[in-house]
Amino acid sequence: MTATDIPDSVDAYAEGPLYAPAKKVYPQKVSGTFRHIKWILLVLCLGIYYLLPFARWDRGPNAPNQAVLVDLAHSRFYFFFIELWPQEVYYFTGLLILAALALFLSNALFGRVWCGYSCPQTVWTDLFLTVERFFEGDRRDRIKLDEAPWTVDKFRKRVAKHAVWLLVAWWTGGVWVLYFSDAPTLVRDLATARAPISAYVWIGILTFTTYYLAGHMREQVCLYMCPWPRIQAALTDTEALNVSYRRDRGEPRMSLKDAGRAHAAALPAGDCIDCHQCVAVCPTGVDIRKGSQLGCIQCGLCIDACDAVMARVHRPIRLIGYDTDENIKRRARGEPAIYRLVRSRTILYAGLMVVVSALMLFQLTARPHMGLSVLHVRAPMYTATKDEGVRNGYTLRLSNKWSESRKFAIEVSGLKDASIKSVEADALPDGRLAISVDPDATVEAQLYVTAPRAALEGSSQPIVVKATDLISGENVSVSDHFFGP
Amino acid sequence: MAKTEHTPVDPVSGMATTGHEWDGIRELNTPLPRWWLWTFYATILFSAVYWLAYPAWPHIWGFTGGVLGYSTRGQVATDLGDIKAVRASMEGALATATVAEIAQDKKLLALALAHGKASFAENCAPCHGSGGQGSKGYRNLTNDDWLWGGTLDAIETTITHGIRADYDKNTRTSMMPAFGKDGILKADEIKEVVNYLRTLSKLPPEPGVDIAAGKKIFADNCAACHGDEGRGNVELGAPNLTDGLQLYGSSLKDLTQTIAFARNSTMPAWGARLDPVTIKALTVYVHSLGGGQ
Repeated sequence: MTATDIPDSVDAYAEGPLYAPAKKVYPQKVSGTFRHIKWILLVLCLGIYYLLPFARWDRGPNAPNQAVLVDLAHSRFYFFFIELWPQEVYYFTGLLILAALALFLSNALFGRVWCGYSCPQTVWTDLFLTVERFFEGDRRDRIKLDEAPWTVDKFRKRVAKHAVWLLVAWWTGGVWVLYFSDAPTLVRDLATARAPISAYVWIGILTFTTYYLAGHMREQVCLYMCPWPRIQAALTDTEALNVSYRRDRGEPRMSLKDAGRAHAAALPAGDCIDCHQCVAVCPTGVDIRKGSQLGCIQCGLCIDACDAVMARVHRPIRLIGYDTDENIKRRARGEPAIYRLVRSRTILYAGLMVVVSALMLFQLTARPHMGLSVLHVRAPMYTATKDEGVRNGYTLRLSNKWSESRKFAIEVSGLKDASIKSVEADALPDGRLAISVDPDATVEAQLYVTAPRAALEGSSQPIVVKATDLISGENVSVSDHFFGP
Repeated sequence: MAKTEHTPVDPVSGMATTGHEWDGIRELNTPLPRWWLWTFYATILFSAVYWLAYPAWPHIWGFTGGVLGYSTRGQVATDLGDIKAVRASMEGALATATVAEIAQDKKLLALALAHGKASFAENCAPCHGSGGQGSKGYRNLTNDDWLWGGTLDAIETTITHGIRADYDKNTRTSMMPAFGKDGILKADEIKEVVNYLRTLSKLPPEPGVDIAAGKKIFADNCAACHGDEGRGNVELGAPNLTDGLQLYGSSLKDLTQTIAFARNSTMPAWGARLDPVTIKALTVYVHSLGGGQ
């Protein structure tokens, strides 16, 4: 028995074997409206990425003046006017939720605009393709060059291309580390080989990933690695604007000659002349005429390609354009197209974004500039003193989020005749104890509370420790317990 | 290797087969990917280089050291040296300042407390407890019932020279007689003085015991060191007997044993073991535990 005797098993391979080596895509150069938009966004996105570390933001003498800085050594995150401490990392959760909602909203409105225009994978792949095109020529030249035997010229082209790719990748990695340290200082240290070894390691890692993902893997990242196309397919609906081939207008596709014959015979002929330009320019190598598909990142380059062809053959442009599945069906039925950008889901996503943004803004503006935590000393739980007193120890952690030194008065309430002391504190003129905290810092102090045994109400009673900022009057109270025999 | 024969190609996948066939099932020839193979060879090469460069193979008398002379112990020594160098400036400030100066300067204090906390855990906690809470026979350092004084200077002296540490000539020393063992007091007299001591700490005495007799015995035998009212004397390390915070307990049994046999416990002279900076740090730390005077 051979494989051909089993029809089912052959059918299973009808669309090719389960594993097939990836076919190399040779995107052709194209110009037009969407290519233009993509150029602008590419310059904008890369410009922000490459220049942002050098942006300055004055925060006073005791804080770094880099606008965007992830200061791992001092565990602080700076973003223009925002400074986050490690305990405020939850704030990033809000940002991530906001980012997800923005993605969902953009998807409900315009499909995969994120993929097509601003995803780093798309942007850097675009940049790398431009470099490749510069050295090796357009689609046909590159296909020929790949097939050609090795010559000095081919070698020269390849070396030049990879060298520039590596340079771009290295530059990308080099900028990445600048977000984690003072950028001008680090640039000088890197140039004079005095930067920390971790900086070089990270540059190396980012150089490799950029070079490999944007230069070699390209569309395969979108096809095989990225989860978003899968999620997107489940989230989208038939009213979302997608880059679509208007098959109601294009089919039946046929060459210009055939179309002429069909017209003469009064037979139907579509506008698509089957020139394959849309496929040739596609950076992921899909055929848009097969409809929305996982491989299509909806970058709109096929629109530009098709428009150019339609203009040349004197047919209306936008045979491929931003359209909805529903409209294609409507037109096929002879109904007018309806664009419904305001739908229940777009309202929901936009509403959720407003709610989350408002919550985050409130959280950010209402958060205190100080922090206090109190931890009861466990060894010993309490100490009996020789004059019939009972003493409890507490470990205080006081945070000062101002960019200047602050003093915090410490008071304890809930315990009769209690006295407090701390070696870390100073006495204020009014008799209260005060602890100084350096700018943007946390100090730990031991607080001892002593009360006469006769004043205790039981073996455990609640007390409140209060810290008050002497300048702003802001205060934080923390409840704890006082233990006795 | 078998001689190369014509290998049939699988019509479905288009791949070459191994030429073997079992009951109609043929095996596709899927060689190891080239990158995998080269990575494998590279790791073999790497291990050979590693064996030469680093400690690798054990043998009967030890192990191959490697030409780079690397060892984890050496690395630790280097790292410790680096840390000492980093700390040198701060430790230098601690070395020149007195304990009183350290207590006044908030920066030095914070440094000394951190140093002291770590050193306390290493050297003192086994007897005095993790938080200085002590236990029977080992002083609770968080109260204010100091035997030899609770000022910074007194604490520094005690830590440096120890208590009854016979190898340190400046050690804190005093000797309470074993009143029962040495035959100074009879059992009845010990019972009377124990009950008198209980009343000093406001604890109930045994019924039917002559407290007045106990007071007389105390005045004759104990007051010389512990004071007429039993309030103790830090010059002699004689404890205050009126506060109910006795090192060896205030029960009848504990007190009887203390008077009959005496305790006279010891503490090492840490000056012989620790450097002066560590002792200063420990002094400031112990003083900060709540009972410092």
